[in-house]
Amino acid sequence: MHGRPRKPLKPEDAAASAAKAEKLRVLQSQFLHNHHNHIYSKEAVELSTKLLETNPELYTAWNYRKLAVQHKLTENDSDPDSLKSILDEELRVVESALRQNFKSYGAWHHRKWILSKGHSSIDNELRLLDKFQKADSRNFHAWNYRRFVAASMNRSEEDELKYTEDMICNNFSNYSAWHNRSLLLSNLLKRKVEGFVSKEKVLPDEYEFVHQAIFTDPDDQSGWFYHLWLLDQTVRVDSPQLVSSWPTPGSDLILLGDRCLDGCASSPFTRFHLDSRTFPLVLYFNQAVEGVNSSTITVDSELNTNKDLVWKPLSSCNSKAAQVWVTQLNLPDGNTHSSKVFPVEVSLGHSQGIISSSGFHYSNPFCFAFRVSLQFVETQPVEALGKEIISWRDESFHNYNAHSQDSSPISSLYQLSIKNDNELTDFEWRAATIAKEIDHFRELLSLINCKIGKLTLARLLMAHDAMMCPPANKISHSEEVLELYNDLMRLDPTHVQYYKDQHSLVLLQQVTSNWESLLSRCFHYSNSPSNRGSPMCLQLKNLSLSRLGSFDKLLWVQMLDLSHNELRSIEGLEALQLLSCLNLSNNILGSFTALEPIRQLKSLRALNISYNEIGAHSIDTTKYLCSSPLSHSVGSEWNHGQTVIDDDIKSYWEAYFILKGLNLTQFDIVGNAIVNEKFKSFLIKVLPGLKWLDGEQLH
Amino acid sequence: MQRNNSRDAAHRRRWQRCSTAVAATTEMRGAAVVMQKTETLTKKEEHLLLPNAAIAIVPLPDATAPAHLPLLCRQPSAQPPHPAHSFGGGFRFYHLKELCHLLRSTNSFEAEAGRLMTGNESESELPVPPYPPIEPTAFDLIVIGTGLPESVISAAASASGKSVLHLDPNPFYGSHFSSLSIADLTHFLNSHSTPSSVCPDPLYSDVEISNYASRLLSQHPRNFNLDVSGPRVLFCADHAVDLMLKSGASHYLEFKSIDATFMLDADAKLCSVPDSRAAIFKDKSLGLMEKNQLMRFFKLVQGHLSLDESEENDVRISEEDLDSPFADFLTKMKLSHKIKSYSPFPPVTFFSIIYLWHLIACIVLYAIAMADYDQEVSEYVLKTRDGINRLALYNSSIGRLVLMFQNALGALIYPIYGQGELPQAFCRRAAVKGCLYVLRMPVISLLTDQNSGSYKGVRLASGQDILSHKLVLDPSFTVPGSLASSHQQLQESFQAFSLSDNKGKVARGICITRSSLKPDLSNFLVIFPPRSLFPEQVTSIRVLQLGGNLAVCPVGMFVLYFSALCDEVNQGKKLLHAALSALQKLLVTGTAGNSSTAQSEDMEEAKPTLLWSALYIQDLSLGQFGSIISTPTPDGNLNYNDLLDATEKLYWKLYPKEELFPETTSSPENSEDDAGLTLES
Repeated sequence: MHGRPRKPLKPEDAAASAAKAEKLRVLQSQFLHNHHNHIYSKEAVELSTKLLETNPELYTAWNYRKLAVQHKLTENDSDPDSLKSILDEELRVVESALRQNFKSYGAWHHRKWILSKGHSSIDNELRLLDKFQKADSRNFHAWNYRRFVAASMNRSEEDELKYTEDMICNNFSNYSAWHNRSLLLSNLLKRKVEGFVSKEKVLPDEYEFVHQAIFTDPDDQSGWFYHLWLLDQTVRVDSPQLVSSWPTPGSDLILLGDRCLDGCASSPFTRFHLDSRTFPLVLYFNQAVEGVNSSTITVDSELNTNKDLVWKPLSSCNSKAAQVWVTQLNLPDGNTHSSKVFPVEVSLGHSQGIISSSGFHYSNPFCFAFRVSLQFVETQPVEALGKEIISWRDESFHNYNAHSQDSSPISSLYQLSIKNDNELTDFEWRAATIAKEIDHFRELLSLINCKIGKLTLARLLMAHDAMMCPPANKISHSEEVLELYNDLMRLDPTHVQYYKDQHSLVLLQQVTSNWESLLSRCFHYSNSPSNRGSPMCLQLKNLSLSRLGSFDKLLWVQMLDLSHNELRSIEGLEALQLLSCLNLSNNILGSFTALEPIRQLKSLRALNISYNEIGAHSIDTTKYLCSSPLSHSVGSEWNHGQTVIDDDIKSYWEAYFILKGLNLTQFDIVGNAIVNEKFKSFLIKVLPGLKWLDGEQLH
Repeated sequence: MQRNNSRDAAHRRRWQRCSTAVAATTEMRGAAVVMQKTETLTKKEEHLLLPNAAIAIVPLPDATAPAHLPLLCRQPSAQPPHPAHSFGGGFRFYHLKELCHLLRSTNSFEAEAGRLMTGNESESELPVPPYPPIEPTAFDLIVIGTGLPESVISAAASASGKSVLHLDPNPFYGSHFSSLSIADLTHFLNSHSTPSSVCPDPLYSDVEISNYASRLLSQHPRNFNLDVSGPRVLFCADHAVDLMLKSGASHYLEFKSIDATFMLDADAKLCSVPDSRAAIFKDKSLGLMEKNQLMRFFKLVQGHLSLDESEENDVRISEEDLDSPFADFLTKMKLSHKIKSYSPFPPVTFFSIIYLWHLIACIVLYAIAMADYDQEVSEYVLKTRDGINRLALYNSSIGRLVLMFQNALGALIYPIYGQGELPQAFCRRAAVKGCLYVLRMPVISLLTDQNSGSYKGVRLASGQDILSHKLVLDPSFTVPGSLASSHQQLQESFQAFSLSDNKGKVARGICITRSSLKPDLSNFLVIFPPRSLFPEQVTSIRVLQLGGNLAVCPVGMFVLYFSALCDEVNQGKKLLHAALSALQKLLVTGTAGNSSTAQSEDMEEAKPTLLWSALYIQDLSLGQFGSIISTPTPDGNLNYNDLLDATEKLYWKLYPKEELFPETTSSPENSEDDAGLTLES
């Protein structure tokens, strides 16, 4: 069945198939006539039998037979014998159709349909399946059907697991069997069946098993796929966990009011310019969760006068689950004493309700506190954001002098290592398993040059790094991983984009992995010689980034320079709730839809997307992922917008959709194909607060 | 029970002239149709007979010839096959008893069958039967001896329309390739090892037969089918299988897979031989890196073979490498240097010498490429080219016949009821195509043309003279003394034949045991590579264990065949004794399992594991072509490839213009349709 080259038809065969096609057409037209006239006579049904036995792919005929069966059943519903014979006849027809083509979706589906009637014996099905699986052991139709049969006859999953083992031993290039194995094991582990209580007991044997396949023939992909699943099972922590937050636990937050004092002694990382009377509280989980609300998260603070905090999921799609959740805390009204400190305590996990998309509960009660102080001063600050044009030129940035400052606040980012007891017991074998795998694959790669081996090693090393916390003791493999991905880009040009993305993620992890490396990319923004009190900018430019990540370490960032990279998307950037200045110039963003995350960045004031490719691509493949005026989810917004702005919206819907909720004062878009006078005037209408467009002051 | 009486009556006169007939019992009709056979069956008759019919060549009621052993009437075995058990070719097996029942009216047949079933006779005691006259008296070809080469030649000649008379002095088919009961084998070996006036230079020598459980074995007088030329297996892709498929002989045979191959390792334990991708995957003894290396080597070989010779490619193995010794090539491919994961061997024993070689290299050389001689010290060095070809045969054998014989999953197969079935199947093929068979018919002299002095015909023991253009003789055939008076030229050609190829010998051994070398397996191959048993062991010893499910012995017993090439008798005996004692040690350790040694020793004393053994040395000779063709003796290989290559050459000498079994459209290989899916219901 596999690996046989297709030969061109001989002329006599071609003639025979033409004759066959002619016959089929006649049959088909007769059949359709019967179908349209609801004729279910014996002859009519036999005609469809004949048709299906020659061409099992005819869905309509299967549906017709379903109708015919229903018809017959209503006629004979009292007599169990005739009922059985009707259904048995159907099973026979399916079987002979499958002999003709055992990959016919329609035939397999029809068989399931008949069996679901519940009058036929299911015992015969396994025997039939054995034959089909002997004929082609990789036939995934048969495997699908096997799962259905095994479930219907309550065959034990252990038996099925043994069956997959036998099939794999016959030929380990059988991804269907490996796949079924992963399904069965997931189920057995989930139900905690005897012998499958802990992954620690089960997974080592599976690793051993799949090694035999991978090492015997590294060119076969089935084993590698299974290995990837195993790696995921090893690394994954089922219950959701809190990874980081802003403000960070134990931090002292200084909010600068309208009139900011120049000369406070605190670190710029904890200073925060306040525009409105609220500031965000961000929780970053390790996976998408639902159920984050005022009953599952308790925020205890004087600031929190409004009892019911509204938690908002930060996700691009309109789902109820998100990895990042945000709420706004209100500052007290009126003139409070400038030295007043407000302690805030956040606790979560004390009551159930936070639940991962795979159904696991957040089960690790955790509590953290931070303090907020307000500083109001009389004098106008030298540079306040939004008051003056932001220049992204290099001379505006000055090295941040770390030693003169207190570095503890940012390093506290890394102290959020929240561990529960379960994880600790598991941790050892997980780490040991990954370390063992790393050794194995290093050895394999010493013998052969194997792309998927390199990729697996890179993944293993990253998993190892991620597991080895706290970060201070971490022996980082990121240099080696980056080298592996560079290698892969050279070896495997067809998947270069994937490797580039992975490379970017690793690079970002490396940059954010410790305080020193992060600090080396932080610069004071200042137009004046004095850099005190000026905002801090994280520069991640010229890194060939094609994808963004490590947002959990960047929640504090207010000013971010991502220019001169290879970004097509800024997915995940919505987590940076404090972001007020963002430079995305000189990337390859292809459309406004690629900017969707910035819709959620309510503090954003200055945005630079100059020299991208917006408007350069006639076909935007991401367009349909984004809400449109035609989709129901944004209907109300649309109606609202319609009253305000004319039909430019129709031509620039995407730009409107992304930009309309933002309060930008500065916007740079020069160097994109979309830009013309009409578009500029549209932008001015959409962004009423705009003061500078492409560096020109507006009136 | 109905017989085709009208036909019987109408053709009575012709029947009397016939010495054989084909009886077909068609189960569907519940009747036995006895059909006469004169020369060839018509297409219609053949069609009528083959599907679902048992065919037997039986003596006719009115013919006086008693000596034609029914081809299908096998000796009743301990394990009668299930009646519904169908053969590869789709015909059913009948027990002798059943067939007798079906053919009850044939009184003389019944008497004959009854006598056979008592199993007490041995050839020597048989009264010399009255010989019927054979008609016609002139043939294109006379073949004497029913060994595999002779049977293939007679089947091929019959298939191409020659009239063939096939004679055998023995009362059974197969000659030196037959499978016999203990008594018959003993008699056969003894009679062919004693020099006599008839046979001055016997094929076998130094026969040592020991019976440790005569009472137990005498309970199963007819339950053994012991191969004279063991150990033998077929590779699914080898020449013998091709010939069976081409000739249609595969219709009459059923095979089972040999489950595994093992090799004796440094600790004198059996380690499995990973011979295929799946076996490497399943293997428990190899490390991951070794698995990777071995599989890469197999792929290298496959890649080399899949490419055209003209193509210059990195994948192809260079000509220089192909001409180098295979062992050196393995070293070059890093299969034979020591790998750190491999445990060091005790430095004192001679095992350490061999395991300076890496185990994988040993496996490839001796257990897959089946090299006969020590590749390090002997002069018979396997070239890379030949080594690769042997691997190719092995590799293409794996899973080749799954569609044809349901039980043939691995690379190696063995015919149920023993290797003796193979020559019988070819004989049956020959009979269907019109060959005339007469067993128990010694030839007493050869006839020569008085003018030219060339071969003219043979004089049978019955005194009848039969003429033919050509003669094929089995290698043990020696001209009786009475021929001394015949023509000189003929005499010379016989001299040349009987003295030729006296260069090599093969030492063979057979054991019957009560337990398997491996508790959970019954049919497998074991290789004792050179120097694994004693330091001077130059040749590889191959052992084949077979169990009751192959109908070669009663269930619960096992037959072990072993053989090794040797230059002279003493060396051969040393090899055989070393192999026998190694096997006995393995049997003890194999059966002891977890129980303590003391216990198992007690048990050994009470119930010996080894029940019977036979050791013998066989001379090797290649086929010879003179004015008379002589066929080769069984060789020292596991399969029949070399033997059949030689046979094919002989056939081309015999009939230069004829193809050996021309391909027909109805051959079973062609009917194997890969487009449609066939499922048995």
